[in-house]
Amino acid sequence: MSLQTVPWIILFAPLVAATLILFFGKYSKPLSAGLAIATAALGCVLSWLIFLHPPAQEGLHFDWVNFALWQQAGIPAFHIPIGIVVDPLSRVMLLVVTTIATLVFTYSIGYMRTEEGYSRYFAGLTLFLFSMLGIVLADNFIMMFIFWELVGVSSYILIGHYYSKNSAADAGKQAFLVNRIGDFGFMIGILLLWVATGSIVFSEIVGKLTLPGGLASHLPFLTIACILVFCGTIGKSAQLPLHVWLPNSMEGPTPVSSLLHAATMVAAGVYMLARIFPILILAPGAREVIAWVGAITLFVAALMATQQNDIKRILAYSTISQLGYMVLGIGVAPTADVAMFHLFTHASFKCLLFLCAGSIIVAMHHEQDIWKMGALKNKMPLTFLCCFAGAVALSAVPGTSGYFSKDLIIEFSWANTTFHHGLFWLALATAALTAFYTARLFLVVFFGPPRDDHAKHCEESPKVMILPMAILACSAIACGWPVIQKHFFDLPEVVVAPPMFHIMTLVALALGLVGACLLYWNAEKDPISIPLFANRFYIDNFYTEIVKFAQDRVGVVFSWIDRWVIDLGVRISAKLAVGTGFTLRLLQVGNIQAYAFYFGAGVIILIYLLLR
Amino acid sequence: MSPLLYTILIPVIAAILIAAGAPARRTAGFATFINLLWALSLFALYRTAPAGIDHYKFVHTWPVLPQFGLNFTLGADGLTLVMLLLATLVSVCAVWASPKVEKAERAFFISILMISAGVIGAFVSVDVFFFYAFHELALIPTFLLIGIWGSGDRQAAAWKATIYLALGSFVLLIGIIGLYLSIPVLNHRTFDMRALQDLAAHGGIEKKTWVYFLLLFGFGTLISLFPFHSWAPQAYSSAPAPAAMLHAGVLKKFGLYGLLRLVVPIFPETMQTYMNLLLVLLLCNIIYVGLITVAQKKLDWMLGYSSVMHMGYIFLGVAGAGMSILSYTGAAILMFAHGLSIAALFALTGQLRERTGTLEMSQLGGLARKLPVFGLLFGFATMAGLGLPGFANFAGEILVFFGAFGTAGVGNNYHALNNYQIATIIALWGVVISAVYMLRAYRNVFLGQPGVVTADGALDLSGSARLAITLLIIGLMIIGFYPQLFIHYLAPVWH
Repeated sequence: MSLQTVPWIILFAPLVAATLILFFGKYSKPLSAGLAIATAALGCVLSWLIFLHPPAQEGLHFDWVNFALWQQAGIPAFHIPIGIVVDPLSRVMLLVVTTIATLVFTYSIGYMRTEEGYSRYFAGLTLFLFSMLGIVLADNFIMMFIFWELVGVSSYILIGHYYSKNSAADAGKQAFLVNRIGDFGFMIGILLLWVATGSIVFSEIVGKLTLPGGLASHLPFLTIACILVFCGTIGKSAQLPLHVWLPNSMEGPTPVSSLLHAATMVAAGVYMLARIFPILILAPGAREVIAWVGAITLFVAALMATQQNDIKRILAYSTISQLGYMVLGIGVAPTADVAMFHLFTHASFKCLLFLCAGSIIVAMHHEQDIWKMGALKNKMPLTFLCCFAGAVALSAVPGTSGYFSKDLIIEFSWANTTFHHGLFWLALATAALTAFYTARLFLVVFFGPPRDDHAKHCEESPKVMILPMAILACSAIACGWPVIQKHFFDLPEVVVAPPMFHIMTLVALALGLVGACLLYWNAEKDPISIPLFANRFYIDNFYTEIVKFAQDRVGVVFSWIDRWVIDLGVRISAKLAVGTGFTLRLLQVGNIQAYAFYFGAGVIILIYLLLR
Repeated sequence: MSPLLYTILIPVIAAILIAAGAPARRTAGFATFINLLWALSLFALYRTAPAGIDHYKFVHTWPVLPQFGLNFTLGADGLTLVMLLLATLVSVCAVWASPKVEKAERAFFISILMISAGVIGAFVSVDVFFFYAFHELALIPTFLLIGIWGSGDRQAAAWKATIYLALGSFVLLIGIIGLYLSIPVLNHRTFDMRALQDLAAHGGIEKKTWVYFLLLFGFGTLISLFPFHSWAPQAYSSAPAPAAMLHAGVLKKFGLYGLLRLVVPIFPETMQTYMNLLLVLLLCNIIYVGLITVAQKKLDWMLGYSSVMHMGYIFLGVAGAGMSILSYTGAAILMFAHGLSIAALFALTGQLRERTGTLEMSQLGGLARKLPVFGLLFGFATMAGLGLPGFANFAGEILVFFGAFGTAGVGNNYHALNNYQIATIIALWGVVISAVYMLRAYRNVFLGQPGVVTADGALDLSGSARLAITLLIIGLMIIGFYPQLFIHYLAPVWH
């Protein structure tokens, strides 16, 4: 077996597993879980293998669609290959996806042990893994788009896992639809890049960009195309204004939130931008838009996070905010590695935080309101320790992974002097907010008085859940250390560092932490109430109204027009005919002969006309 | 003798046997299945079969009135074979997934077999006259099925469909005669599609605008092109499931097939001249009808409107078919894909109606728990319907979009958007709309809390119906995973 087939095995093993689980999973719970974990672990081992021994770039590929045989010479033949690209970017992402997936799958055994739909759950997870790996390995836009939609559908299945709950069913639907809206722009962007370069393959597009008269010399066109492609990211990575689906996606089982809606799937949008970074770098206008969308998202989402009470929703808004940092990183940094570095560390600590939340939720008998928790540090010491590691990394306490990756992005938002420094101040202010909402969550859940009966009697989770959390806790602390990250990334130097930068970030961190401690130490209930933040700036309500309007007004009015204007003449004649009983007679079975007669007569008349 | 003749004869013979007393459902099921196997073997044999003077194979001609260029000619190229597969596969599934027939079972299955024979005959006829006549043959039993075995206000639905489709067919007939008469040289006059295309290519036809419009609106009415679409939702909601499957899935494609055979190759310039009109109409199909679909409250009406809406995408492919091989193959793949997916959805809906007695979405809910196989298969069909990658629908749509978008030239093209490209962008929004109504329907019927109608004691989908729908979904997935299989057949047909 040559190394070139390894990525294909990584990609397709989960699809095989998903199919097997779909057909045979109902017969045995261990079989479903075993197949899923085995494929994820296999993928993980093989990903480390090709990370350490990269195969030659030219691998196998086959044509999903290819018109080369039939198109005229001279114009670029249309082909959509299914091909994979194994470069430093995809190798790191492979590691992230397969490693996190293995840990979360293992954790799921414990989390889902008493839940319904066990095999459906693992079938969904393996389908997701397949789709996500497809995005990572895709060497062209359409292949990426195909898997992009497939992660969407696996997310739909997994969010709607408890499909008998109305809220879960609605959340799945909303996630799918909001992503479709983003994909609308994404597809137009792909089409524009295609007509401009004649190709959809990343490497071919990049090769044609800087040719004389190529796309790079048509800057407005390139900028618009890049912004449209970025719409895909806005949907998938839940950036403003399409962020509304991600908090609602918390209706899914918590390991799903951890794997899909924190660590990997939502980061696919950032990965896509990293993949097309050589195109983006030629369109500074598009990058400015990207940077601002990221900066506004990270700030607004952090504000929303400060006033949520559901433990998973706090983390969901935090995820949106952190994704905003990555998007900002794509916008401001000179290489994509900066954003990818934050994706890498965020995958560890946010996945960890969700797994801790899952552990708490199971112990609390599915109570998710943090104001019903409290004093859990004694009842669940291991979860407490792991959560502590995640929380310090998320708050970017110096020495933890989040500190290295996030501060680098904040630094570059200053160092990139072509853009406004507002980006920097938003990012810095959000660092304080992040520390604030993280500390709020941590203090209310683990300290203070137990606020509910469940909180008094909860127990630590089983080892199969603690083990993945412990591994991730180590990673959350250490994976950003320069000695470790230099093996994964080639980070650029900051040329123009902001004055007193490290002091400023420390002050921001301290402000957030001290603020949270003053407000929430031993608090019985939330001492502050900001309806604007708690109600998420009323953006969700606004969308609900628009949808209602489209459905109840526009749709109904069009239906009415269709029925009473376009259809009127026929309706009247049909009514008349039925009234006179004509159809009744016409449609008697016995009258088939009459039909045959009319038809025959028609044919004879036609022939007569022809012969005349 | 052409092996294609058997594809018409098998259902006819089965119909005769049923009339003579053979068990109706079994005979029909067996005959349509044999026909599917026959079509599959022709599909497999096609590429190695000896070719004649053109790329048509399995050709045989029975002279009828040769002095007027009227012959009964059967023949197949790649496009024919794809349509033949569609017709035979949907026929099998229409019989297998048919709900219990309450009255006159024999006549019911004879009607279905006649639709099948008629539509297959239309596809394998190379001669325009028989192409048209076979379609008429298929239409009559469709009216009967709606009027006799239908549900709801079936008389009105049948009558409305009759008025509309008969009128459309009549316009089409005048168009075809007009086309025949616009060949100035008397002894060149012919009904043979191949000869017509040849004549058109060499200036042997006076291309009259009114003939183009007669053909466009004649075919357009049969396809439910806006504003001639209002017959379709009502007819499909009233029709028994097999009739809806065969009509929406296959018979409607007759019009599109006709456009690809007669209008696209013969009237390329006229089409260009009046392209904006066609684009506006097809966008009305997608956006206007799409929004109506969203407002539907009954599952069967929603599916009926959705099938009208999806014609818009295929029309977009037809509109670009003269200029782009991508549009041409995309339109053909989309015809196949839409036929299979709408057939699966109507089959499931028919079975559901039998169990719940209502298709009012507000009264249903949470059925996936009681009927898991139903839920799973409906989920697959829903995903196919909204164009998820992995199903043929996505492959077709993507080719149609690329085809239309690339009409102005590909590579170093930075011009302002042309009308095709604007139409493509608007049509892409339809992809969002179709996700809205498909997911909403699935959510309301299968997910969430149980509705008012709980379908207690209803049996899950099983037996032949389950097999039939699975077959349709497998067909969609094969082409979805590997569209190149069809492209090998379709691409050589272009020009």
